[in-house]
Formats: sequence, structure tokens, C-alpha cells
Amino acid sequence: MIKVDHLTASYKTLDGNVVAVEDANFEIRDNEIFGVAGESGCGKSTLLKVLYDILDFPLQVDAGRVLFTGEKNGQPFSLETGGVRKAWWNHISYVPQAAMSVLNPIARLKNQFLDSIPPEDRGRETKEQTLDRVRAYLEELNLSSETLDAYPFQLSGGMRQRAIIALATFMHPSVILADEPTTALDVVVQRGILMLLMKLQKASRNTMVLVSHDLGVHYQITDRIGIMYSGRMMEIGKTVDLFQNPKHPYTAMLIDALPRVGDKRQRVGIPGSPPPLRNPPPGCRFAARCPKAKDVCRHDAPAFREVSQGRYAACHLLEGEDA
Amino acid sequence: MAMANLLEVRGVSKIFRMGSLLSRVKLTAVDDVSFNIPADHPVILSIVGESGCGKTTLCKLVLRMYAPDMGDILLDGVSYQGKDATREAAFRKMVQPIFQNSFEAFSARKTVDSYLYNTALRLGIVKGRKAASELIDQTLSAVGMSLGVVRGKYSSQFSGGELQRVAIARALITKPRLIIADEPVAMIDASMKMNIVNLFKELKDAFNVSFIYITHDLSTAYYVSDYIATLYRGGLIEYGMSKEIMENAAHPYTRLLMDSVPTVGDKWTRDVAMSDIEEKEYAISYCKFAPRCSYATDECRAARPAMRTLEGGRQVLCNHPLTA
Repeated sequence: MIKVDHLTASYKTLDGNVVAVEDANFEIRDNEIFGVAGESGCGKSTLLKVLYDILDFPLQVDAGRVLFTGEKNGQPFSLETGGVRKAWWNHISYVPQAAMSVLNPIARLKNQFLDSIPPEDRGRETKEQTLDRVRAYLEELNLSSETLDAYPFQLSGGMRQRAIIALATFMHPSVILADEPTTALDVVVQRGILMLLMKLQKASRNTMVLVSHDLGVHYQITDRIGIMYSGRMMEIGKTVDLFQNPKHPYTAMLIDALPRVGDKRQRVGIPGSPPPLRNPPPGCRFAARCPKAKDVCRHDAPAFREVSQGRYAACHLLEGEDA
Repeated sequence: MAMANLLEVRGVSKIFRMGSLLSRVKLTAVDDVSFNIPADHPVILSIVGESGCGKTTLCKLVLRMYAPDMGDILLDGVSYQGKDATREAAFRKMVQPIFQNSFEAFSARKTVDSYLYNTALRLGIVKGRKAASELIDQTLSAVGMSLGVVRGKYSSQFSGGELQRVAIARALITKPRLIIADEPVAMIDASMKMNIVNLFKELKDAFNVSFIYITHDLSTAYYVSDYIATLYRGGLIEYGMSKEIMENAAHPYTRLLMDSVPTVGDKWTRDVAMSDIEEKEYAISYCKFAPRCSYATDECRAARPAMRTLEGGRQVLCNHPLTA
């Protein structure tokens, strides 16, 4: 389980702090695909960076923490922000967006696989044995074992992304974090990659966190979804329920704005644009664009709480609908 | 005489020569593409396809940024070949571009309104700064902005959605007949995307202007367009009314493309054929989709299929077009 405990993370800049994630407080369960959706600048990638413990300057955690607990091969483990790095690849791995720039351009793929083996495991088998396991694993993912001898530039975008997924899942980590894994890919390839991720999660029953701006992608593969807006978590719920019955006005308007094939009805976007993160207005971040906003919305930030069974939202308008 | 067309693309090809001296490769980025845009009423034509299918090259050909290696393009019956300087200005008045990244389209060092004035004054749309201001304010209000808001500001002071609106207003200043929009909403967030796409629908009738909307986003293409052209490896493989094509694609590739769109509503069940596309597919002399196509027969691997016209006027480049 991943517990995000009142997490606030910001970027230090010369003009002051840019708070990219503010007071995020939720849980990601075992054996689920959890989606994080939202528009650019909403903090979804920052959240993932904190989860993966890439806290390089200027990003820093101001308050709260992230706690990972779980079990691998019968051994329980517990990790906390600041100590996640030592568990990279083995317990937790990361599938980044830019498949082009992630792999080492001057190393053959097989060497990159060998590098991912933790030092303490390296003595257990010979390199050839490890590579045999890698080959068998690649076959499972429909990648020919010849790709191991290739340099990244010799592979197409889809193959490269599948190679990265293979790399990230080879050690069967308990948690896989995927940041826009299909954004640069064509729809046909995207579908293949998403189906692959789904298959891998079902097979190993681990936790996958998927960040994407594409709500269609979330609908297709996630079990639960969190909607972020301007650094704040707005709503969390089961994906299908959330799409059918959104509670937060932002979620509702966002879903309404989605064009769909087979439906030519007039759709409208949300007027206005998100507030700046440097000096955000008080109150609810969405208040300025929300047609239902009341006075209280402009002054007090709504609490993020359970509004019905398994559904969490941060909105003053849901005040009467307590669980 | 046949119905007059605003734009006629006649068998256009564009070949790029790449590689080093010893391993020279020819890449046919646009391969014998023909289509028309009618002159009597404004339409939105979407050109869809995956990356590397030739969408952008085709739009640059229409914009005269490239000269075609084969074939010809006619605008209002006038050929692109043998252009001269005086016609260049007339061409710029008739055809205007909108690009994907408006932050790149507007220089960060110039105020955004200077572009609007330049377009209005240099192409001789109006004379004098006062008349230009009036015209600019008019077009800006058509996209939901005003000169008062835009004046003196730099591109960094706008959001992506606002700046794209200004880019659209700039294109409208010349009262063009045709606007080429290359991935205009690819960088815009979901909540604001529809505001821009809706603008195209409104402006089409209000300004009597046709659009070529180039996109990889099939759901907005379906939403906004009257006609759709699907490109694959440089070739036009299906062309017709958008509703017909999107709901009942006849070419196996278009069908695959439609099936792959992640939509809200129907969950994916079956796996899709996923062979990777390689550069050599551009050079295939028979049907370029045959290596990935599950319906392909020996006939498909022998020669390039002919464009056939199906019931309802839809054109498809396939020996075995799918039916409902």
C-alpha cells in the first residue's frame, strides 16, 4: 500500500516557492492501477517524482511524507520518502514519458538490463544466465530477443517504450510508477502498450500508478482515479463510477468537455484557465472557473474528505452529502 | 464543367532524399495524393494518421512551403507552378496557417499585437494604423479576445489557449478562404481544447472559410470535421464524409485506428495487431498496409490497389474494403 500523508511539495525559485502539490492525502491500494489525471501544471508529475523519491533541487518536500508498505517474496518491506532510492528496480520502478531520452544511447540494451540488477544479486548467477532470463521475459512481452543486442536508436518508439517497460518490470517490483508512458506514441501503438501494462499488472498483482492527461486512457486501464487541479487533489474514486457520476464540478465539466467518436453533440470547454501556482488565490482553486461557486468557495479551501463510500472529493458544495 | 473547387490537390508527391553519400535513401513522404475542397460552401477537412504519415508535409505543400516533386495543386483554379511575387501576396491573403505551438509561432521578443498589425498592413488588407486597429479588434472579438487585452503584451504573458486564439485571429485578418491548422490543439489542455475546436466550427460559417485540420486526435476530428482523409505512409487511403468514415471505416487501417482510440464508454477487450512500422514500408511498391493487414491477399502484395469509390461517394484505397 502507498500512503500519501498530507504531502506538500514545492519548487524553490528566486521569486519564491511554487507549490506544485499541496496537502495531498490519500491511499493507493495493493493490486490496483491507480490513475492520476489532470491538466498540465496540475502537479501530477511532481507527485510521481516525490513517490519515486527524485527530490533533486529545486524540488523539495515541505510537509508530509509517503509511506510504502508491502511484501515481496514473503519478505515485508516498508519504505519512506528519503529512503526509496535503495529499493529502485527491486521494489519500485519507474516508466518515464520520454522513451527517446531515457535509455543510454551508447549502450546496448543487454548492458542496460544487466545494470538494473541490484549489486547484492549479481553474484547469484552468471551474466549469461541473467540474459537468458531477460530473453525469456522479452519473448513474453512480444519483443524479439535480438533487441538485446541493439542500441536504442535502432528501435522504433513503440519498441523502445516496450523495452523500458520490460526493464522496469523485469525484477517484478511491487510498485510501478508510469508517467505518461504513451503520450508520444501513435494511438495504435499506445493501445498495445496500455494493454501490455494492464496484462503485466494482472499477472503480478502489483500496484501501478499511471499519470496521464488523457482521460480516455484512464478510463480504459485504471481501477481507481484521482483528479488533480492546480496542485490539489480534487476527487478520487473508482474509475467507472467517477466517469458516470462525477461529484466535483471540475471533474464533471472536464468529462463533459471530452469529444467522443460516435457522438457529435455540442461540447463546451471550461472557460478561463488554471490559477498561477506561485500565488494561488485563497479558497478553492477551481472557484474562479466554477459556475456553482459560492462565497465560501472563494475564501476557504475545502477539505478533501470521503463524500460517499470510497469516493473522496474537496468541494464545499458537497457539504450536505456526508458519508 | 465540373463543380469549381477551392483547392484541388492532383496526384501530389513529395520525395525527401536522406542519408549519407553512400547510403542514400529516398523517402516518399507524400505519395500520389489527390483530394478537393469545394468552393461553394465552407468545409472542415480533417487529415488524420499516425506520426510519419505525411500529414505535416502535405500541409506544407498546400502552404507552398515545399514544392511538390510530382503532381500539382490548384487554388481557385490557379496552379501553384510558375508563381511570381505579385501572386504570392494574393496567395497569403487566401491561405493562412495556424501552427501547433503558438509559443514558437510568436517570437518571445516581439509583442503579440505587432504580428497582427504586420499581417494587416504588410499584405495591404487595410491602410493606416487606425483602420488596422479596428480590423484587428474585430477579428480578436470573433475569437473571444480584444485588442485592449492583447496590446503591448508578449507571448509569455498568455496561456497556451489564449495565444492559440490570437493565432487564429491573426489568420482571420486577411479574410482567407482556407486556413491550414496543423495540430492546433495538441498542446492545449483538455478543459480548453473544446473552446478552440468549437471556434473552428463557428468561424467556418461566420467568415466563410474552409479549414484543413491536421490532427492525430481522432475524437476532435470526428467532432469538428465534415470530411476526413486518412493518410498512411504518405498515401491517402480513405477519404469521405467524417461520420461515415469514423463510424464505419472501410479501410482496415482506418478501422484499426478507430478501434485504438482510448474512449470513455467502451472498454477494450481484444488485443490489437501491433507490428511495428519501419521506414522501409515507405518504399513498398504494393499496398503499404499489407504487411500489417490481416485481410491482405496475394493480390495486395502484387500491386498497389486502385482508389475505388464506394456507395455514398467515399473513396478507399483497398482491394478488400470492409463493410459494416
